[in-house]
Amino acid sequence: MKIIISNQSELPIYAQIREQLKEQMLNGRIPEGTTLPSIRQLAKETGVSVITTTRAYSELEAEGFIATMQGKGSVVLPTDNKLLREQYLLRIEEGLSTAIDTAKAMGMSREELTGIFHNLMDA
Amino acid sequence: MELLEVKNLSKHYKSFDLMDISFTLPRGYIMGYVGPNGSGKTTTLNLITGIVKCSDGEVYIDGHTCKEDVKTYREQIGYVGDESYFPDNFTAKNIRLALKDFYTTFSEEKFNAFLQKWNLPEKKQVKDFSRGMKVMLMFASVLSRDTKLLILDEATNGLDPVMRMEILRLLQEYVMDGQRSVIFSTHILSDLEQIADYIYFIDQGRTILHDAKDEIIESFLLVKGESGAIPPALKRELIGLEENAYGFEAILPSGRAELLGNAFLVEKPNIDDIVIHFIKNRENGNRI
Repeated sequence: MKIIISNQSELPIYAQIREQLKEQMLNGRIPEGTTLPSIRQLAKETGVSVITTTRAYSELEAEGFIATMQGKGSVVLPTDNKLLREQYLLRIEEGLSTAIDTAKAMGMSREELTGIFHNLMDA
Repeated sequence: MELLEVKNLSKHYKSFDLMDISFTLPRGYIMGYVGPNGSGKTTTLNLITGIVKCSDGEVYIDGHTCKEDVKTYREQIGYVGDESYFPDNFTAKNIRLALKDFYTTFSEEKFNAFLQKWNLPEKKQVKDFSRGMKVMLMFASVLSRDTKLLILDEATNGLDPVMRMEILRLLQEYVMDGQRSVIFSTHILSDLEQIADYIYFIDQGRTILHDAKDEIIESFLLVKGESGAIPPALKRELIGLEENAYGFEAILPSGRAELLGNAFLVEKPNIDDIVIHFIKNRENGNRI
């Protein structure tokens, strides 16, 4: 498990923690069934406030990634493949949209843009 | 029952009034008490420890007031101040003896372990200690007792970054079991900001903001841009507008973000940015 907090990021710290944990649960680095460190443990290790880590965990719980049980801590739930696909699809769309917007802004043609796309795919 | 409850606390001096301070601090959390010099931070903390008597209001630690039983009340508190409160000619050894007599829960073993950990000499007089050593000696003395509430009044002022980091860890360890809490005052939050759960911000003895730190940070945006370009509708909402020849900086309530358009640089503020612009706002002659 890896968590790196950036003070330069525009993302609030709780969201940075949430996203990094989510990514590692989706790519299997944190397998299902893993017990995550306690909210207080994580706060101490990362040097952030308890309220911040509490929020990261409760949002992961609301999104169905973890379940918190009294006395047992927070356990990683099995990730639904459909959900995983959706998450990645969304990220791909976002990335491509940025590229398309930039291309439009400089008046690049569809052919030129797909040319770049194919070149990069083959690289 | 919350660990610390401060109810409508007021203190009237000839030239300064601390007005109606109210908050609760639950067990296991850290609060940063911030504001400029002379805003009433030390007065508040002195009212909580009970060294100063309030004009109005009440302070409860674990449900008890200072008036019920001063000794028990004080035993629950660990206080570290801006300046060393040990007599100048005392050594660590003298302090150990004094604390042993004074506090029922004082542990010599713990105290000695801290002296060793932080390389604090046994026989040197406190007056020959560096600023950092004095602070660590105060921490050693309070952490060697069973306390519930740690009160730090500008304790990290003038310490180097390594020492501040050490204190940051100490505070997080202190609240780790979810039973004990910390309140610290400071006029510069910087590195301490990250570990604070709650922020209480006062200026001229009055409450300006009080909430969970994450909520406060999300309530404001730091806006920068060209001075001439601010539309009047936006200008009215900006807090603490600071202009120079080439640009301006201010904070804006996040709820008013629709006034911004694309002409400005918008950043996530830290608590210090928010404090600075609220003070600036008062100096500009506006009241919130």
